[in-house]
Amino acid sequence: METPISFFSSFGFQDVLFMAEAAWRTLIISVISISLGTLLGATFGWMLYEGRIWSTIVIAPVLDVFRSVPLIIQLVLFYNFAPIVGLNLDAFESGLVVLTLYTAALVANVARGGIEAVGVPMRRAARSLGLSYWQDLRYVVFPIGARAVFPSWVGVALGVLKDSALVSVLGYVELLRASQILMTRTQEPLLIISIAGAFYFALSYPISRYSAKLEKGWSQ
Amino acid sequence: MFDYNFHWSPVFKSLPDLLAASLMTLQVAALSMVLGVLIGLALSVIRLTVRGPLYWFATAWIETARNTPALFQLFFFGFGLGAFGWHLSPYMIVLAGLTFNNAGYLAENFRGGFQAVPETQMRAARSLGMSLWQTYTRILVPQVLRIVYYPMTNQLVWAVLMSSLGMLVGFRELSGETQFFASRTYRVFEYFAIAALIYYVLVKFILMASRLLAAKLFRY
Repeated sequence: METPISFFSSFGFQDVLFMAEAAWRTLIISVISISLGTLLGATFGWMLYEGRIWSTIVIAPVLDVFRSVPLIIQLVLFYNFAPIVGLNLDAFESGLVVLTLYTAALVANVARGGIEAVGVPMRRAARSLGLSYWQDLRYVVFPIGARAVFPSWVGVALGVLKDSALVSVLGYVELLRASQILMTRTQEPLLIISIAGAFYFALSYPISRYSAKLEKGWSQ
Repeated sequence: MFDYNFHWSPVFKSLPDLLAASLMTLQVAALSMVLGVLIGLALSVIRLTVRGPLYWFATAWIETARNTPALFQLFFFGFGLGAFGWHLSPYMIVLAGLTFNNAGYLAENFRGGFQAVPETQMRAARSLGMSLWQTYTRILVPQVLRIVYYPMTNQLVWAVLMSSLGMLVGFRELSGETQFFASRTYRVFEYFAIAALIYYVLVKFILMASRLLAAKLFRY
């Protein structure tokens, strides 16, 4: 008797490579958007702290929207909005823009907290010693404030790394999307989803442990 | 460049359906939160008191929930469990995924809460003749819930936002319903813009309600 035609093929070595490549894409989009988002978010945080009237009426509510609307909605919305204003962005670029803004919105609050953590007397002392406003920010506020909020920043960064899985809705083949494709083909969902989970865990867990350890050390 | 015609009328026509779906969003988020609080309490008590296999089970649950994407957790309940012959309905997938995630995050909050309650409370309650169960349910847990009230509110907001992932497993809550209508009418941008607005209002409503509730509950 002839063997029946099979539409599925089993999980093989080249599939591991496929997943590794997808994992690399997850890393790329997360690292770029976390870096850009942190720079942008720190600037926003400084603006929020300085509290000019327009920054409190404009920036704070706008950043709040990014935190009150599900990321997946933001992604779909932006992906469909970009062509309307004449931008031709692919899934990666759209995902990058949205993730960067999302990171910036979360980091802004963290950065504001960091600046607030530096006492006013400390800053007055710095200015009295003859440091300019920018020198005070660079040599006094940044080292102290960054240390105070580093654990929260790590939390945000890990959150974005995990949320980058959502860019798959736009068709960007990152780790979770790749495992979905493989699940459809090999019909071995448990094995493949476990590999994907293990990758995220392996990336996120050591970083969160390291940051918890640092936090413990600094708080003493 | 700007030659896109917005068509809002289909969106307004299906607005009642979207609002009904947002009730579904609230329902699944609230239910997952109630279950998450109960399981989270159990997990944190286990982690603080028991050693052995139970301790490792609780630790594994918490660390997996915190170090993998929520979408992965949903996929695990959706596709992964299929390998054991368990096929959950979309509603159950979202509920199970959100509960798993909530329980993990809340357990960490509760642990901090339990550590913030003075040890003497336990000793005082026990020496008054209360059993261990009575001490936990009448003395410790009420204090812990009060300490972690604001983190719990945040988690509820996260649960509402995370429930939007239901869209990807075929659950017709607000996002799923939005996608359904959007793909039927091709007015993707308009539909998702309205969905974003509804989510924003939902989140603001939850935050306001929790603040009012706190003012009522925490009056000494």
